[in-house]
Amino acid sequence: MDLRFTPEEIAFRDELRRFFRTEIPAEIRRKVSEGRHLSKDEIVTSHRILNAHGLATPNWPVAWGGKDWSPVQRYIFTEELQRAAVPLPLQFNVYMVGPVIAAFGSEEQKRRFLPATANLDIWWCQGFSEPGAGSDLASLKTRAEKRDGKYVVSGQKAWTTLGQHADWIFCLVRTDREAKKQRGISFLLIDMKSPGITVRPVLTIDGGHEVNEVFFDEVEVPAENLVGEENKGWDYAKFLLANERTGIARIGMSKQRIARAKRLAREVQAGGGSLWDDVDLRRRVAAIEVELKALEITQMRVVAAQRHRDADKPDPASSILKIKGSELQQATTELLLDIAGPYAQPAQEDGRNAAAEHGMDAIAPLYFNARKVSIYGGSNEIQRNIIAKAFLGL
Amino acid sequence: MDFDLTDEQRLLKDSIDRFVDDAYGDFEKRRRYQAEPAGYDPRLWAGLAELGMLALPFAEEEGGFGGGPVETMIAMEAIGRGLAVEPFLSTVVLGGGFLRFGADASMRAALVPRIADGSLTLAFAQLEPASRYALHDVSTTARRDGDGFVLDGRKVAVLHGDSAGKLVVSARTAGARRDRDGITVFLVDADAPGLTRRGMPTQDGLRAADVTLDAVRVGPEAVLGKVDQGLPLIEKVVDIGIAALCAEAVGAMEDLQRNTVDYLKTRQQFGVAIGSFQALQHRAADMLVAVEQARSMAMYAAMMAEEADPALRRPAVSAAKVQINQSGRKVGQEAVQLQGGIAMTLEYKAGHSFKRLAMIEKSFGDTDHHLRIVSEADSLIEAE
Repeated sequence: MDLRFTPEEIAFRDELRRFFRTEIPAEIRRKVSEGRHLSKDEIVTSHRILNAHGLATPNWPVAWGGKDWSPVQRYIFTEELQRAAVPLPLQFNVYMVGPVIAAFGSEEQKRRFLPATANLDIWWCQGFSEPGAGSDLASLKTRAEKRDGKYVVSGQKAWTTLGQHADWIFCLVRTDREAKKQRGISFLLIDMKSPGITVRPVLTIDGGHEVNEVFFDEVEVPAENLVGEENKGWDYAKFLLANERTGIARIGMSKQRIARAKRLAREVQAGGGSLWDDVDLRRRVAAIEVELKALEITQMRVVAAQRHRDADKPDPASSILKIKGSELQQATTELLLDIAGPYAQPAQEDGRNAAAEHGMDAIAPLYFNARKVSIYGGSNEIQRNIIAKAFLGL
Repeated sequence: MDFDLTDEQRLLKDSIDRFVDDAYGDFEKRRRYQAEPAGYDPRLWAGLAELGMLALPFAEEEGGFGGGPVETMIAMEAIGRGLAVEPFLSTVVLGGGFLRFGADASMRAALVPRIADGSLTLAFAQLEPASRYALHDVSTTARRDGDGFVLDGRKVAVLHGDSAGKLVVSARTAGARRDRDGITVFLVDADAPGLTRRGMPTQDGLRAADVTLDAVRVGPEAVLGKVDQGLPLIEKVVDIGIAALCAEAVGAMEDLQRNTVDYLKTRQQFGVAIGSFQALQHRAADMLVAVEQARSMAMYAAMMAEEADPALRRPAVSAAKVQINQSGRKVGQEAVQLQGGIAMTLEYKAGHSFKRLAMIEKSFGDTDHHLRIVSEADSLIEAE
C-alpha cells in the first residue's frame, strides 16, 4: 500500500499544471475561479484549446481521440483541471453523448458526430428530465411515433442545461407506450434547428440563464438518428448516468474554492485586522479540509479499484463520492458566503462596488447556484437508495 | 499509488482476523477475559506471541517481524472488530515505539525478545491531573541524583498500567511545567520502590491505573532517548499510537455498521423487516459513508505515521484523528439508534462498540484539540 504518486505520475501532473496555467486564457480561469457564468465563446475557446492538444476527450476510446490513460492519470487530469480553474470540457459532449455514440452508435453516426463533438463544432444538450420525470426518470412521457420512416416527437423536456447554445439535443423518448416503463424508451439525436422545437429560458435563483425548457411539437427526426436499438434507450441512459457520476465529487474544484476562501479571508478587513485572525473561522476551514482530504483518498481508492473491475460496469462507490462531494462543494460555497459577509449583498457586476474589488459580488450567486449539486446527477436521496440497495442489500 | 496489500500482508491479515474471530466471535467470551486479574486472558496473549503479533513492529535482526505502519493497521483493525481487550496498543505499539526510537541496541536486545514472547508488557504513563491532551504539560519531576534520577509525581488513567511489567514515564528534568524542552522519558520497573498503582476498569472494558511516583530511583540506563529532549520522541510515538487507534476505530466502526445492517434485515415490525423503511435505509447509507471516510483517513495516518519530519507528520495524523473522532461518534450513535433498545443493554455487542469508540475519541486528543493542530499548521490546502 502506497498512497503517493509514482515519479511518472508526478511528472504527468506537473506537465498538466504547466499546460493549464499557460495555455488557457487567464481571464477565463479568473471567471471560473470566482464562480461566474462563462459566455458561449469562452467555453468554446477553452474546450478547443484542450481538444487541439488531445485533452478534451481523454475518456473516449483511443480510436476516437481518447487517451490510453490509467485510472490514476484520469484522476490527476480532472483534479488538476479543476484546481487550475479551467472550465471542464463540455460535459454533455465529452462525458455523456460522446461515450454513448462511441459505444452504441452506428459507424455512420460515429463518423458524422464524434470528431465534431470532440471539437465542440456541435454543442450538445441533454433531453432527459421532464416536468413529471425527475428522480423517477423512467416515467418520462415525451413520445416518438414512427411515421413514414421518420420519428415524430412531441412532448416537453425540463432542466435543459445550456440548451440556449445547443446545436443538437440527445433525448430519451418513449417509443412503446405498451411496454413496462423502462422497456419502451429510445435514445434519439435531434437537430435543435428542426421545425417544431421551442426553447424557453428559465432563470435560476442565482439570476443565471443556465437551464431551459424545450418543447417538441410534432418534430420530425430521421430514423437514422436513433442510437442503437429501438426501446433499448434505458440501457444507454444508465451507461451515460454512470459516466456522469464519476468525477462528480469535484474535489479539485472544492480545493480551489478553499484556496480562494483562505486568500479572501486574509484580504477582508475585520476587527482591526483581517478575517483570518479569527480562530473560529480558521477551525471551520480546517474541518472542511479534513473531510475533503478524506474524500480525496476515498476517491483514489475508488480509482485504484477500477483496475480490478469491469470498466463498463458502474461502481456503486460513486454514490458515496456524489453524496460527500456535493456536500463539500456546498460547504465551500457557504464558507465563501460567510467570508464575504455583508459584501455578499451588492448584485451588480459592473465592478464599481467595494465587493467587486475582491470579486465577491459573484459569491452569493455561487452559493445559491450550488444548491443544485445535491439535486442533479441523481439527488443525494437517490444515491442513498442506491447505497442501501447495492451495498447494504436492504 | 496503490492500495493493495502485499501477499505477506494478506497472510498476516488472514491470521490475525482468524485469531480474533476464534477468540471473540462469541462475544460472551469477552466477559470472561475481562474477569481475569489483568483484565485479559494470559493464554490469548501467549497465543498472540505465538502468532508473531507481539514482534510485529520490531526489526527482523532484533527478533522482530519487521512490520511497518500498514502491518500495525491490519492488526489494529482486527482488534477493533473484535473489541479485543489485550494490551497490544500499550505494549507493542506505544511501548514498542519508545523502544524502537528511544532505546539503545543493548536495551532493545534485552527487552524486545521478552515483549515478543509475551513475558513483558508495557504501559505509557503520560497523562497527569492537569495536563489534559498537552504532551508537553509535565509536572512529574526527575531530579538528578548521582548518575541516576529520582522521580516524583502522579500519572493518571495509564492504559493497562495496572498489569504492565514496566512503565514508560514522561518526567521533567528541567524547565517550567509547560516548556517544550526539559522533558525526559524513562523506563521504570512497575515494582520499583516508591511506585504505587491503583488499578481500575475503564468505561470501555479495558484496564487502567493511577500511578504515584514517590522518590522512585532509576539508573542512567532508564533514560529513553535524550535527557531534556524527550518531547519529539513522545510526539513521534504518540502519532504512531494515534494512527493505530484510527485503525482500531475503523475496525470497530466496520463491525458496528455490519451488525446494524444485519439487524435492519432481521428485525420485524409492522409485519416487515425494518430495513425496508427508507428513513432507516438512508441513515444506514450515511453510516457507510462515515465508515469509508474514516477508513481513508486511517490509511492516510498509517502512511504518515513514521514520516520523519514532524511538520508534515503531525498535522496529517491530527487530520486523521479529527475524521476518526467524527465518524466514530456518528457511527456509534447511529448504530445505537438503529438497533434500538438492545443496543442500550450490556447484553449485545453494539453498545460496547459504541463505548469503545467514544473512549478512542478521548484518547490522545479530542476533535477540538486536533482541529487546532490542523488549523495552526494550515498545510492541507494552500491559499491561492
